[in-house]
Amino acid sequence: MPALFGARGYSAALEWIARRAEAFVIPLAALVVGMALFSLFILAVGKSPVLLYETMWRGGFGSWFSVQNSLSRAAPLLLAALCVALPARLGLVVIGGEGAIVLGGVAAAAIGVALGGAPSSIVILAMGVAGMAAGGIWIGAVGALRYYRAVNETISSLLMAYIAIALMNQLVEGPLRDPASLNKPSTQPLADIYRIGNIPGMDVHWGLVVGVIACILSWVLIEKTRWGFAARIAGGNVRAAQVQGLAVGPLVVGFTALSGGFAGLAGMLEVAAVQGSANASLAAGYGYTGILVAFLARHNPLAIIPVAILLGGIDASGGLIQRRLDLPDATVLVLQGMIFVVILFSETFYGRFKAFNPDLWKRVG
Amino acid sequence: MDATEIGLWGVPLAILGGAIRVSTPFIFVSLGEAITERSGRINLGLEGTLVFGAMTAYAVAVMTNSPWLGLLAAAFAGLCFGLFHGWICKFPKVNDIAIGIALMLFGSGLAFFFGKPFIKPKAPNLPAIPFGGWSDIPQVQAALDVNVLFLIGAVLSVILWWAFRNTRAGLIVRVVGDSSDAARAMGLNPDTVRLLATGVGGALAGIGGAYLSLYYPGSWTERISSGQGLMAVALVIFARWNPLGCLAAALLFGGAGALGPALQSVGVTQGYYLFYAAPYILTLIIMIATSSPTRTLAGAPGELSITK
Repeated sequence: MPALFGARGYSAALEWIARRAEAFVIPLAALVVGMALFSLFILAVGKSPVLLYETMWRGGFGSWFSVQNSLSRAAPLLLAALCVALPARLGLVVIGGEGAIVLGGVAAAAIGVALGGAPSSIVILAMGVAGMAAGGIWIGAVGALRYYRAVNETISSLLMAYIAIALMNQLVEGPLRDPASLNKPSTQPLADIYRIGNIPGMDVHWGLVVGVIACILSWVLIEKTRWGFAARIAGGNVRAAQVQGLAVGPLVVGFTALSGGFAGLAGMLEVAAVQGSANASLAAGYGYTGILVAFLARHNPLAIIPVAILLGGIDASGGLIQRRLDLPDATVLVLQGMIFVVILFSETFYGRFKAFNPDLWKRVG
Repeated sequence: MDATEIGLWGVPLAILGGAIRVSTPFIFVSLGEAITERSGRINLGLEGTLVFGAMTAYAVAVMTNSPWLGLLAAAFAGLCFGLFHGWICKFPKVNDIAIGIALMLFGSGLAFFFGKPFIKPKAPNLPAIPFGGWSDIPQVQAALDVNVLFLIGAVLSVILWWAFRNTRAGLIVRVVGDSSDAARAMGLNPDTVRLLATGVGGALAGIGGAYLSLYYPGSWTERISSGQGLMAVALVIFARWNPLGCLAAALLFGGAGALGPALQSVGVTQGYYLFYAAPYILTLIIMIATSSPTRTLAGAPGELSITK
């Protein structure tokens, strides 16, 4: 940050702020507009938007209990959003994170049961590695298909997500099924010592810390390392990157595999910290909400942290909204959809406002 | 041989019948997407349009007791979704693929929101024509019970194939899809043409949704669509943007989708979930086989972001 002293320092600081303000003001404005449009929708179906947002606040952030609930939901969203944001920096739109989450969870559960009896630190580590490997292979394959066969990654990743869910159902109802799970086919439950516990003093599991660290590491990777720099060049212009001698293929496969690994880790955490076994609850839609989180954060890993907490809160308030306002549980989905559309629409406003571009100020008047 | 006991012959027969039954939504969605993509845009939101169309058709059919009004309402709802996509994508820097993803979530969300009260009641179904009346074998009769929408879809694909080549409207859509500059030089407004093409595509996807809820499987649930709208997009690429190819590919996909239930009906229950995944695996294999990093796809519209 430039010096803040004197008149020149003051205007330089103002310019510094103005240049950076665009990246905050436009998404925030889009968020507000999206919520305003949703208010109209709620009015149209005959409910009170004031009561709705009040309930949403209470259900998401109004008490220590609800904050903890929101943070618990934010944990998988952080990792699921990275699965969209990292490939996006390479110019790829990967939307099949749900598949990596599901398979990561199944792989972790299988390893956790297979290694039963070993020390807990080793087993938990092995479960994390297995989850990351399963997710990494799944999304890494999407990246490889994209680069080496030019298969559209958006469609292939979503198809792979459907295949992954079918694979999970097959495994959970077949070879990996715990005979004791009657109504809801599941893998054998993990022993208690292999479960991941809560952060001391909170009712939130360690997955939140893992997710935040993953976001920070991803930011460092993209902004501060030569691989991230190469990825950003390739994302801007593949030809230019190739002319510069960058190995775009390994870069694409590496980044997609890492992003899938994060999603797989989210699945592992769901198994080890929440469910205790792998079952159909793994496909809870975190992968899809993660898409929205990543786009809202404009694929910036640090911005993912607050956005994931916000959407975790909206998610967490769904039940209370349903009970208090007598609205369907899909109400939250409608709000998310509206925000998503407005956020994407807001892309058109970047670079349009003079206030954010100090170079244009002097020409005024 | 007993007429009701046809043994393993039931498998190909069930696949044939299933192909006709399952393919109909694919036909409509892929024809709609073919029109949209030929104009140079891609609408991934058709998955959401399909779900919303299914809900609208079912709700209107329950309330008016007429499946045809339901069908009409679904087409209109699809038109609105398509026009919205077409309108919002004309703004600079707005990405048509991302908007499609958003509309996929938004359309499903809205459908679940408004569809909640309609999960229980029963709606009248769209009629089918029993082409299998000559046979006494119930499986043959079941396989040849063809819904009118399948026939309409088949005829529509021939008409569209002809229209793309021989009509002024078909030429306009193709020119806009191949080069915005050429279209402007001809005095056409690419945004308007794409708006209409996306609108028509949405309406057809809505009809596909109506088929789901009003004929097969014939009820409204939140799981009514399992990615058909999305597979149809991949199918259009496989069909090389040719409406006749869309019809053939839709039948192929329908057959793959019918594989699991057909095998189950003769007692094969092993690997049921994997057979259930057959259409997705088939789509993926086809995409891998037909894509190439070194050449552009034959017949691909020049302005299409997915093949650039």
